[in-house]
Amino acid sequence: MAERKSGHSGAVETILPFERHLLELEDKIRSSDSEEERVKLERELQKERESVYPNLSAWQRVQLARHAMRPRMLDYTSRIFDDVFELHGDRALGDDAAMVTGIARFQGRTVMIVGQQKGVSTEEKVSRNFGMAHPEGYRKARRLFKMAERLRLPVISFVDTPAAHPGIEAEQHGQGPAIAQSILQCLNTRTPTMAAVLGEGGSGGALAIAVCDYVAMFEYAIYVICPPERCAEILWRDVEKKDMAASALRVTAGDLQDLGVIDAVMPEPGGGAHRNPDAAAQVLATEIDRFLLGCQQGRWNIERRRRKFQRMGVWYEELANVREAVD
Amino acid sequence: MTTFFSRSPFAGFMGGKKRMPDGVWIKCDGCNQAIYRNELDENRQVCPMCGHHYRISARRRIEIVVDEGSFAETHTDIRSADPLQFKVGKETYAQRIERAREASGIDEALLTGFAAIEGQRAVIGAMDAQFIMASMGSAVGERFCRAAADAIADRLCFVCFAASGGARMQEGILALMQMAKTVDSIRQMNEAGVPFISVLTDATTGGVYASFASLGDVTLAEPGANIGFAGKRLIEGALKVKIPEGFQTSEYQYKNGFIDRIVDRAELRPTLAKLIQYLTPAT
Repeated sequence: MAERKSGHSGAVETILPFERHLLELEDKIRSSDSEEERVKLERELQKERESVYPNLSAWQRVQLARHAMRPRMLDYTSRIFDDVFELHGDRALGDDAAMVTGIARFQGRTVMIVGQQKGVSTEEKVSRNFGMAHPEGYRKARRLFKMAERLRLPVISFVDTPAAHPGIEAEQHGQGPAIAQSILQCLNTRTPTMAAVLGEGGSGGALAIAVCDYVAMFEYAIYVICPPERCAEILWRDVEKKDMAASALRVTAGDLQDLGVIDAVMPEPGGGAHRNPDAAAQVLATEIDRFLLGCQQGRWNIERRRRKFQRMGVWYEELANVREAVD
Repeated sequence: MTTFFSRSPFAGFMGGKKRMPDGVWIKCDGCNQAIYRNELDENRQVCPMCGHHYRISARRRIEIVVDEGSFAETHTDIRSADPLQFKVGKETYAQRIERAREASGIDEALLTGFAAIEGQRAVIGAMDAQFIMASMGSAVGERFCRAAADAIADRLCFVCFAASGGARMQEGILALMQMAKTVDSIRQMNEAGVPFISVLTDATTGGVYASFASLGDVTLAEPGANIGFAGKRLIEGALKVKIPEGFQTSEYQYKNGFIDRIVDRAELRPTLAKLIQYLTPAT
């Protein structure tokens, strides 16, 4: 992974190996004076994209999902919503900056928003703990869901976290129970809820705010039971088998749709959301619009949500009882 | 999720350091004293000298806790499938399951059934660490939910002995979703006014701790059990700090307000019988 300081936003510009050639082409297009050459290069770029992106390995897709330049929750909310009034604190212990909650306005309507913010600059990443929430964060999310129900407002949840924070204080304050209660609250909220998986859906820390009526996931986002590196370490006893683990775990949006875990895949602009955050935000806004339309049409209801999660999983069941009945 | 274990994940956990080694005399993990194996067996696998609670199988757990002959096992036909066609080296997940069956003598990491404890009827669940570290896959999730439905239908307490390394990795995201699924069963019990008693045993971690296991109306724990969300090694690795003594033990969780009572194995029967008697809804 090459890094060079970027002039804007304080993010460290990161280029993944398979992106390098595409970026070079883009640079060439920008600096070219000849219209004819530009057209030719554009065509070459398009072809290159079409050959690279559909053939990315599972691990390369993990890298894209974790891309340092990838738009974060607040990059989307600032583009999508007319206004966001942030709400702070869990009303018990503190305010967790990794979990953002608030009231937002979308095309004249009020919605409640919740989600993890990984951070962009190094300073922000540290202050937001890289999007890894503590129990205070999950309790803040729970507060938000409860408030949404009280005030009969829909909830839009933005999922982007490597994991719930693994730490001494987090354990002391009940990380496990906080996640469990957050899931329970998701299942108890009587207003429509939507989750958008933006980048990394990291295990229980992601699930805690993603048990929603409508779950949409960006094309190059991942949603995992545990980080592929950790899975490789445990099952293969070799961190370097992470590519194998990533592919075995089936972490991509397409995989998750096939497994019935998510409801929609949101296509990303060429080269990924970070190549064109405005276009990615537009895609997400369209999805939010679709969700809100579903709210008006009474498409979402809590029993349907509960049934959806009750049915998840694949197991084998011998039909012993049925056979007995037939005999 | 999946805070699997410190040390080598399978060898340490499954092999026998904490479980019973062969031989007539063994050295206690708790006090280093030599103890006579038979004496340990008779004492419910608790060291007679120091009270160290060894891990026990789900079958032994049920034998210790419920009235003799009262256990009627349910949902034994629910078994793990291999939805991801998961393979580690040459071993498929289906083969891994087979190996776990042979090692543990049971079909899945969670056994469920109807039973009586000192005459008090209840639905019982017991997890078994010998079965892929009692990790939760779709079959465990489904068994849990069916047992909860049984408790609701018969208006009985559901007592579940948790022990788990977390969600089962070989089932990927579907295993993670079992957290939502089992929590929904808790919700159903909550709405039906059917009590859920969660007994945390060594070790209850990861996705199981972060779902049904920590949502008991009453939460009990055995002494000295490891209970927590993230594995100690993971925390040490992430934070580069030394974990304090006694971190993530039952006593630690009790002190922090997450457990109602720590109960010695010998006291489980009368304690549970009392709770079941007090809490079972009137029909």
